[in-house]
Amino acid sequence: MENNNKTADPSGEIKVSIRHLYKIFGENPQAMMDDVKAGMGKSELLETKGHVLGLNDINVDIRSGKITVIMGLSGSGKSTLIRHLNRLIEPTAGEVLFDGEDILGWNEAKLRDLRRKHMSMVFQKFALLPHRTVLENAAMALDTRGIARKQYEAEANKWLDRVGLGGYGEQYPHQLSGGMQQRVGIARALASNSEIMLMDEAFSALDPLIRTDMQNLLLELQNELHKTVVFITHDLDEALKLADHLVILKDGRVVQQGEPQYILLHPNDPYIEDFVADINRARVLRVRSVMTKGEPSGNFSGDIDHDDNLESVIGAAEGSLDKRYRVMRDGKPVGTLEMPEIMRALVPRIQEE
Amino acid sequence: MATYDGLFDTLGLRAWCDKGADNAPMSMADLLAKAKGGSDAGSSLWDTPFPSLDALHNACQAIPQSRALTRGLEAGFLDIRDALRVVIDPLTQPLSWALNDMLWVMTQTPWWIIMPALLVITWFVTRSWRIIGLVAVILALLAFVDHYNAAMETLAIIFVCAFVCVIIGVPIGIAMSRSDRLQRTVIPILDMLQTLPPFVYLIPLIFLFSVTEPKLYGIAIILYAIVPVVRLTDLGIRLVDRDVIEAADAFGMTSRQKLFGVQIPLALPNIMAGVNQTIMMSLAMVVIASLVSAPGLGVLVLRGIRNLELGVGLIAGFGIVVLAIALDRVTKASLARIDASQASR
Repeated sequence: MENNNKTADPSGEIKVSIRHLYKIFGENPQAMMDDVKAGMGKSELLETKGHVLGLNDINVDIRSGKITVIMGLSGSGKSTLIRHLNRLIEPTAGEVLFDGEDILGWNEAKLRDLRRKHMSMVFQKFALLPHRTVLENAAMALDTRGIARKQYEAEANKWLDRVGLGGYGEQYPHQLSGGMQQRVGIARALASNSEIMLMDEAFSALDPLIRTDMQNLLLELQNELHKTVVFITHDLDEALKLADHLVILKDGRVVQQGEPQYILLHPNDPYIEDFVADINRARVLRVRSVMTKGEPSGNFSGDIDHDDNLESVIGAAEGSLDKRYRVMRDGKPVGTLEMPEIMRALVPRIQEE
Repeated sequence: MATYDGLFDTLGLRAWCDKGADNAPMSMADLLAKAKGGSDAGSSLWDTPFPSLDALHNACQAIPQSRALTRGLEAGFLDIRDALRVVIDPLTQPLSWALNDMLWVMTQTPWWIIMPALLVITWFVTRSWRIIGLVAVILALLAFVDHYNAAMETLAIIFVCAFVCVIIGVPIGIAMSRSDRLQRTVIPILDMLQTLPPFVYLIPLIFLFSVTEPKLYGIAIILYAIVPVVRLTDLGIRLVDRDVIEAADAFGMTSRQKLFGVQIPLALPNIMAGVNQTIMMSLAMVVIASLVSAPGLGVLVLRGIRNLELGVGLIAGFGIVVLAIALDRVTKASLARIDASQASR
């Protein structure tokens, strides 16, 4: 199947680009490459050759300043994929281009420099150093670079304040709750001042309310800092909330990737249709994805923003179906939206055969 | 006529056997048999001996007797002894010096300096008034029954040997944790050191060094007591949370930063548990080592056994017990302090 590469918003240069990446686990992965390239699937490879196909021909562009969400169920290879970006895992074949340079050819020193200065990581199980204080944990990247405590203290404290942990610097991680520990994890990634943040199921271990808090924190930070974020999750709601670019993985293959709203409205695979069936579409879909573009004319019942979700529009219309809205973007009209269009968008796509 | 004569005859080896016939000295059994007048071995199936070296030797002179094996081992060891000494003697000489110096310091310094000094060390390690009180009572008790000198000698030996165990054992444990191959080779050696009866260590050492040298018992104690610290260092580092190690990698730590900044600090509770075990095992060995002139409470125990002096042996034994309690409580308390500072997540 062709990867769907329609990215609705192509702004932002490509920071990291994954090309034809394969990862096979087993005794002799190289020998399996021919079979895999010939189209052998995950289950067949496991049955006939005893090797596990982790990643199968992955091609993803990660754009600077955007949140790229990689979503898949457990075993889909998403955690394996993110660890290829900083080479915690070596691929069997393929390329990982960082600013156009293939990091797979880099030596250890250069790789270390990449990890210290350009890519930071947030982990599902926090992975803080239990024997160091919160402040020292937040400054881990700086400390690793050899910066003295006196110099990094202010910087680390700044980021702890920013994630809402001001005053906790002298505590130890085990004295904090899970949500607070992950805030330390985020402060640690931010304090490294790297342009790329890899977040491996960063919020999956937190309970739902705290998870929502953390998602909002991330979006807030992102509005301000414009990091290049790669976010792994198994939760579609989370993926749709955060993603600028959504990549859906299944059995080590990219099933579909693109703008989340586009995927929701045009799923190209039964697997994804099943996935999106349970979603509260009114809350996820935005006006801009369902409006009719073009200079608006005629009468309007009111103005709505292009980034409003449908739920709020329905609320504003108080349920009536004959309203017609003008869609505004940065104070300029960009399109129109009629209520029947909303109703159609709320029903999952009817098979068009 | 021996039982297995027929075997060699049918195999056609008789000529070879007789050619090897020697006039080796007779074994006691042979003499006895001769004295009894003639051999009646092999007369019934019930009496058939196992085809051991000795039984086969009776039938065929070319086959050596078992005693040749023990004698060969002994001769072999004596042959390499001088060469071994040239290497091992200078290497282990510092151990002798350290033991002598420590014994001198602990016994020649007046009690009113040593006892407070030990209490101050206890304070630094444990920060607990209860433990200091316990140590003070134990030291006073030992001194009160005039076992102060023997106890200090025992302590001096333990301090030196446990210190050497840590100095050598921790790096070995670290190396083992980083290489599976090394771990596979070292673990059988550790198993052997742990299961050999402690007396057996002493035998080759007696041949290597003169009994007057302190390093003789020093080496025996170290070999016996080093096992737990090596094992637990290896285990401790291998048990460090893999997520934390991955985080250290992801933030670009060098392997040195990882070792000293993450792995060793996180393995410290396990390493300290190993140190505790090492100290307890050196205490056990220091008693046995009194057989080869290690001074201290063990000598008194030995005297109690040799001369059947019940009271002497019991009091010295009791002294060892209270010393063990003190050492155990002090090291456990320091372990608890380390645990508390990083607590389990």
